[in-house]
Amino acid sequence: MLPRGEDVARGALRVSGLSVHFGGLVALSEVSLDISAGEVLGVIGPNGAGKTTLFNVICGFVAPREGDVLWRGHSLRRTPTHRRASLGIARTLQGVGLFPALSVLENVMAGADHRRRSGLLSGLLGLPRADRDESELRAIASTMLERLDLAEVAQRLPDSLPYALQKRVALARALVCEPQLLMLDEPAAGLDSGDIARLRELISELKGSMAVMLVEHRIDVVTELCDRVAVLDFGRLIASGPPEAIKSDPKVLEAYLGAEQPYA
Amino acid sequence: MSRFIDLTLNGVTSGMIYASVALALVLIWRATRIVNFAQGAMLMITTFIASSVIAASGSYILGFAAALAAGLVLGAALERLLVRPVEGGPPINAVIVTLGLLIFLQAVAGMIWGNTPRSFPAALSIQGFRIGGRHVLFSPFDLFTVGSVLVMSLALGLLFTRTGMGLRMRAAAFEPEVARLLGVRVGRMLTWGWALAAVAGSLAGLLVAPVVFVGPNTFDAELVFGFTAAVLGGLDSAIGAVVGGLILGVALSYVSGYESPALVTLAALVILVVVLMVRPSGLFTHAKARRV
Repeated sequence: MLPRGEDVARGALRVSGLSVHFGGLVALSEVSLDISAGEVLGVIGPNGAGKTTLFNVICGFVAPREGDVLWRGHSLRRTPTHRRASLGIARTLQGVGLFPALSVLENVMAGADHRRRSGLLSGLLGLPRADRDESELRAIASTMLERLDLAEVAQRLPDSLPYALQKRVALARALVCEPQLLMLDEPAAGLDSGDIARLRELISELKGSMAVMLVEHRIDVVTELCDRVAVLDFGRLIASGPPEAIKSDPKVLEAYLGAEQPYA
Repeated sequence: MSRFIDLTLNGVTSGMIYASVALALVLIWRATRIVNFAQGAMLMITTFIASSVIAASGSYILGFAAALAAGLVLGAALERLLVRPVEGGPPINAVIVTLGLLIFLQAVAGMIWGNTPRSFPAALSIQGFRIGGRHVLFSPFDLFTVGSVLVMSLALGLLFTRTGMGLRMRAAAFEPEVARLLGVRVGRMLTWGWALAAVAGSLAGLLVAPVVFVGPNTFDAELVFGFTAAVLGGLDSAIGAVVGGLILGVALSYVSGYESPALVTLAALVILVVVLMVRPSGLFTHAKARRV
């Protein structure tokens, strides 16, 4: 069950003058960008450019030294990570980040747990309300697993699955949160061509229904899926615009391969 | 044969108490990856509180409830005030904090209640049931002991498998950062983990106190046996804690009955060393599940 379009229409993120330092290392320097509801924004750059740090700031893992993150016009500076999730901001990690002792189904149910209405006592006593909640969550998670062709592995532990399926489970868990902003950190890394094609289809389906930020090294994936691309280098935003314009931007070419063409 | 049955029944009763201590250790280990060396001192404090309440009110039930409630509050408060600052730091920091807490609580108990062990009432008769014309080594209080630990274990099992809080606690224990991304208040879950663990420990204190009495140091052995049971079952497994407690209880009962009570502690140590050498992940924990 994907988020409904009318809920997404209000969502928009603005990053304003963001700077992050780790000791003497400048991870981000005065980065400003925004993303509209329904848009897919690619974030690219060489290793160490600050892409994941940007995600970490947006989701609340890292506090910026300067600047702010605005979600629907409201500052997130004082909003802890767990509250940002309830505001509709979801993220996948570069690694898989699944709960190893929880089944695939439970992993996805954890993403939908905010919908649970029954309290602790109802659950312990097995009251009908808790049973209804449990059934509803199970159904929501199962539907998402079916949608991503994961129904057959619902009862397996994540460690027993191939890497590509683990990444898909992580994506299912993020989607079941009903995000209005979905941040995908290198979703194609480690996948074969078949899995990447499936990922492309899925992100294309999401287009328009939620804002998607995509950190990805596969430039072909970025240019095909993204409406706009932001390029980071040494923590600075050096270019931003449509994929075609970015491909020929001299600063981008220099950041990637000196003065050579990176998109052969 | 009757001796074997008696020793087995006695072992089951002791094993359930070890299981309760082991559960307390496992819950904290799962939540925060810390071995709580202060668990014995925490259950000592709550048993002293029960003793005082029973002495003042004359009601065992009131004392029992007070101990469990005190455990809940004590566990939550200690996590929030002392453990939280060292969570996520080097493991040795947490070890030092819990060892320091152990010494602190024992000293405080001595100052408040004195160092002389005092007796503690049993909830029910300690005279064994009469079966086939003889008294077996299993009394109504032993039945209460087994039943209450089973009820607590069942409640914890339901909590972890059937409630949202249980799912969130498990998520927070294994991948706290990811759990935060999904909206889980990880700090609160860790506090609950410590609180529930302290309740399990408090129950063990109430059940073993009629045998060992209540004093600042009288529960030290319970921590050793509880830790051995937890390692035996697997530090990550609540079911393992219960089964490990039972196995240890019965094994030590046989050692005590067939050899000598003086060998019990040594036997526990031998079991601990053998488990660590042969199957360090324990009987019920998959080795991979501990790679967190």
